[in-house]
Amino acid sequence: MTAILIRGGHLIDPAAGVDALKDILLKDGRVAEISGPGKLKSTNGAEVLDATGLTVAPGLIDMHVHLREPGQGYKETIATGTAAAAAGGFTAVAAMPNTIPVNDSPETTRWMLAPERNAAIRVFPIAAATRGSKGEAINDYAALKSAGAVAVTDDGHPILKDNIMRETLAAAARVGLSVIQHAEDTRMTQGASMNAGAMAFKLGLRGMPTEAESGLVERDIRLVTELRDTRVHLHVAHTSTAAALAAVRQARRSGLRVTCEVAPHHFLLTEEHVGHYNTNAKMNPPLRSAADRDAMIEAILDGVVDAIATDHAPHAVHEKEVEFEHAPNGITGLETALGLCVRWLHREWKMPLGRVLSLLSAQPAALLNLKGRGTLTAGSFADVVIFDPKTEWAYNARDTKSKSRNTPFDGWMMQGKVRWTISEGRVAYGREG
Amino acid sequence: MNSAATPTRRQLHPPPALASPFPYHPGSLLSASDLSLDGVSHILNRATILENADPLVRDRILAKRRLALLFYESSTRTRTSFELAAKGLGADTTLVSSLSSSIEKGESLKDTGLTLRALGAEAIILRHNSSGAAWLLEAETRLPVLNAGDGMHEHPTQALLDLRTILAHLRPGVEAVDAETLAGVTITIVGDIQHSRVARSNMLLLPRMGARVLLCGPKELLPELAAQVGPGISIERDFDAALRQSQAVMMLRIQAERLAGLQLDLEQYKANYQLTGPRLAAHAPTALVMHPGPIIRGLEVTSGVADGVQSVILEQVKNGVAIRMAVVERALTASPDGGRA
Repeated sequence: MTAILIRGGHLIDPAAGVDALKDILLKDGRVAEISGPGKLKSTNGAEVLDATGLTVAPGLIDMHVHLREPGQGYKETIATGTAAAAAGGFTAVAAMPNTIPVNDSPETTRWMLAPERNAAIRVFPIAAATRGSKGEAINDYAALKSAGAVAVTDDGHPILKDNIMRETLAAAARVGLSVIQHAEDTRMTQGASMNAGAMAFKLGLRGMPTEAESGLVERDIRLVTELRDTRVHLHVAHTSTAAALAAVRQARRSGLRVTCEVAPHHFLLTEEHVGHYNTNAKMNPPLRSAADRDAMIEAILDGVVDAIATDHAPHAVHEKEVEFEHAPNGITGLETALGLCVRWLHREWKMPLGRVLSLLSAQPAALLNLKGRGTLTAGSFADVVIFDPKTEWAYNARDTKSKSRNTPFDGWMMQGKVRWTISEGRVAYGREG
Repeated sequence: MNSAATPTRRQLHPPPALASPFPYHPGSLLSASDLSLDGVSHILNRATILENADPLVRDRILAKRRLALLFYESSTRTRTSFELAAKGLGADTTLVSSLSSSIEKGESLKDTGLTLRALGAEAIILRHNSSGAAWLLEAETRLPVLNAGDGMHEHPTQALLDLRTILAHLRPGVEAVDAETLAGVTITIVGDIQHSRVARSNMLLLPRMGARVLLCGPKELLPELAAQVGPGISIERDFDAALRQSQAVMMLRIQAERLAGLQLDLEQYKANYQLTGPRLAAHAPTALVMHPGPIIRGLEVTSGVADGVQSVILEQVKNGVAIRMAVVERALTASPDGGRA
């Protein structure tokens, strides 16, 4: 395998406490050496990347994406989804199991990981918590874990029955897997297509109350409390309400292992962005009120939020060109996450760049227990993103590497442009400087 | 002043929501809130002129122009009055309804709209069971679209014909409206507000002329946040108290087709909200009784009230034709550079 020498860049590796000019030598898919600028001799045959003026950081990790394979290759494939991820600076994505068939078996998990899928970066499948994600019978977590699954969830089909959720939490804990819950009491959201409130009333749409999210988070935290097993890890997916965050905050104070992620659209947009029935502003959980959105920002800045995850959910153009109530939920997000986080969290709200990057790499790596990722120290995987932190640019959805372009951020200004993405020592994405 | 008592908050300036993503056709009428008061005055004025015009002269205004009526829901009043209005101006109309068309075979709204445009339709009048459908149709076809009712959202021509009816009785002779035209007037809308597009359009239109809109109904059909739709709207759950303040009362049908599993005690509902002769005589003996139809006699109103002297229900129907003539004329004559009337 070839070697890569990254020269002259500013390395920000929050997990290792590094924030300085460094040269990095990558070899055989791993980080071979890190040294002060100019000290590493270019080894024979090593490709040299000039990162002068650029930021070098651990490759980004998105713990919540929908790659649509198997079953819905017209929306996205593992190849196209990971190509979009690489363009966005990601070197690893965790793929949700709501595929067709549902990824509830070691066979499907292995199928997703097969070389024939042509993934541009590393894919970590998250397996279904219950058979067919029907919330009735839990799967064999040990078998799924050995096939490659890194967590379990019934994303999109939340586990409502207390006994099944309790069993899921306990069984996952025994094999060292986290349980990720899409918190939505679906009994309260039948036929609803946006956040409940004055805006939904005005638009004549049925609304999803915030309690449908926070109520289920509170129920899950109660179950974690009752289990009294420190191995239990509950992770709340795409948190969107102030009340759910408050419950997570409280659970953490009580010493429980309860973590959460927030998606860029939930800390940037509100229900107002639905505007005149923009189906690219329709997702689940929905865009909420300004108060909820502000609570997301506060919680990110305060450190309550453990990870930024995009909930990348591609849908074909024809699926979104329909009546708002009939449009499927979800937006793409892999190519806009870094640019939005740097633009808003770092530049606008003054979050140190290292903390922003940590939410996008080191912390999700820790949540999913991805060893040797999310940091760049000698011996860790050669997963690297190299980007210009100052460049401002407008995102054009037509240029996407995803098969779909259902994003509300088309035309938005981004800050921070990816120059190279290196996945396990290979350049997975590169752009002329 | 103790400023230390104010909790300090970080200054967050998140990106604002964008305004309308595409320019509407100036001939479109999607929402009652799209119209300026000058635009409303123009429509009221044209309605009167067209209503009184010689039919043989009138039918040259839009002679041989093509209009499509695209109806995904059944309708008597709206469909017929739009059709009569268009034909009264000489236009050719064609009706496409969801039954007996390719919509049954799964053709999308976008494709149906594009097909109608290719067939020569110059404007589309849309009745649809999904809120927001008219915006989608306009975005995809870029034709003038007249919203003839979209889901639980809006029914702007109904609000205009209701306004014409109210003005005829309470402000006779007035056609140019301004922010004070209905100052001092209280209009109560009663019943299934939650599912009513008529209520939403009236709530958006009437307060802009100074009217006070009272909403009345049980919590299941009238959530508190309905009052937040716009200024000049408040909730009065006591029907008798609302009637005592009203110069006009609009009764709404309970929309069984949109209740989505909601259980309602109809006997209780009638006891609290049915407009009966004695109730009307006791609390609002001079108020106009309005109803957008269809009426379910014996439920929201008694037969006696529907047929009574205070009822202007059939006047509303008649005004629908005049208003829709003005709106159809506007659809096909508005110039794209003239902005919205």
